[in-house]
Amino acid sequence: MRFPENYKYSKSHEWVEFLEDGTVKLGLTEFAQEEMGDLVFVNLPEPGDEVTAGEAFGDVESVKAVSDVFSPISGIVKDINEDLLDNPALINQDANSAYLIIVSDVEEQEELISAKEYEDYIAQL
Amino acid sequence: MELKTALYDTHVKYGGRMVPFAGYLLPVQYETGVIAEHLAVRNSCGMFDVSHMGEILCEGEGALENLNYLLTNDFTDMADGQARYSPMCNENGGVVDDLIVYKIRDCCYFIVVNAANKDKDFLWMKEHQLPGAVFTDISPSIGQIALQGPKAKEILQKITEESMIPLRYYTCLADCEAAGIRCLISKTGYTGEDGYELYMAAEKAADMWEALMEAGKEDGLIPCGLGARDTLRLEAGMPLYGHEMDDNVTPLETGLSFAVKMKKPDFIGKKALEEKGEPAITRIGLKVTGRGIIREQAKLYIGDEEIGITTSGTHVPFLGYPVAMALVNKEHSLPGTAVEAEVRGRRVAAEIVPLPFYKKPKK
Repeated sequence: MRFPENYKYSKSHEWVEFLEDGTVKLGLTEFAQEEMGDLVFVNLPEPGDEVTAGEAFGDVESVKAVSDVFSPISGIVKDINEDLLDNPALINQDANSAYLIIVSDVEEQEELISAKEYEDYIAQL
Repeated sequence: MELKTALYDTHVKYGGRMVPFAGYLLPVQYETGVIAEHLAVRNSCGMFDVSHMGEILCEGEGALENLNYLLTNDFTDMADGQARYSPMCNENGGVVDDLIVYKIRDCCYFIVVNAANKDKDFLWMKEHQLPGAVFTDISPSIGQIALQGPKAKEILQKITEESMIPLRYYTCLADCEAAGIRCLISKTGYTGEDGYELYMAAEKAADMWEALMEAGKEDGLIPCGLGARDTLRLEAGMPLYGHEMDDNVTPLETGLSFAVKMKKPDFIGKKALEEKGEPAITRIGLKVTGRGIIREQAKLYIGDEEIGITTSGTHVPFLGYPVAMALVNKEHSLPGTAVEAEVRGRRVAAEIVPLPFYKKPKK
């Protein structure tokens, strides 16, 4: 499993990439992807929707189960990865590039940890 | 503490992701994943460890009479080597379990029951044992491997003689040898595909598994986990105990009347089924037409009227869309009916479609 060092991580298994323009990309970690198995459905918010730190903004479903996806930050959805709606398996193929949403107007955020800390965290799960 | 089947180490070796299920640690999937495993069974062949299932012998002069009293189906006209599916009802007509009875020979029947129910079933059988019949739980000594898919026969032929392979669906050959291992081979399965189930001494299961893997290498045989087992049976519209039926659902309500012989003089639950009369609910198939997946225990509506509840549901990989099974009021059960399911606080549209969702192509 690969956890890019320029990303930050939440304990609910999302990765966060802070972009230069002040927006934030959110995705699922490779660990989350592996745990879920083959993904077959992704439910995302619409651009313009608000996301709130610590609250679910969407869900992903594998053949086995449905999981909420939590936002570690508050802000406004600027864009969503529409390719995922037709092809959720993109997350299985490369979770680190298959972002779910891009958030602007970022306000508060939950505690985020580094790649190294995240690896330590999942090792003891 | 979960038990391990005789194939536990084999699963670990093949990369199985082990999870607790019905008291056992079993692979929910291997590294290939549920979708690839599901498609292997539809397109070539897959292999499952089903050693967790329960096996019970019913023997003695009174065996046939006891089975006819205990179970809803009729076993009177069975030939040696024939298999027959049956619900087992309680006094209220609810289902204790559903199972398969193999007639090995007169006065000797081999019964295969669901893993989660085997202790309850054995107790129930002992409580309703008639003079001249004896039930024996032989589950711990038996390993079971299911080989399923259009290539199953070709693969099996590589490790056994043609004469040891049963020809007709729902028949078995009790005294077989495959890969040098004594076994019972039956032409049965839980995937909607052609295939076989092999029963052997538990300590020989790992050798049988390896022999089959080797024999199936060229045909793309892969090991499959519980995840694919569930998506395959759902796609084939097959009911699962604890989902489509339980202690409070009758076999008539869940569409199993073909295995309930009301003309038999007596069986446990018959009186209750007669008193209940024509069931008010029935089992139907749903194809999701909206966005999302409808899983089990989702309430179904037409407008504001609640018409039933789903019993199983997920995305089925061969068809490539989400389906569900449900128990609904009979007056709202016609194919083509548009319904909505309540899924996590929102409504997902679906349409009633005929069962099974998937039928294997005719040869």
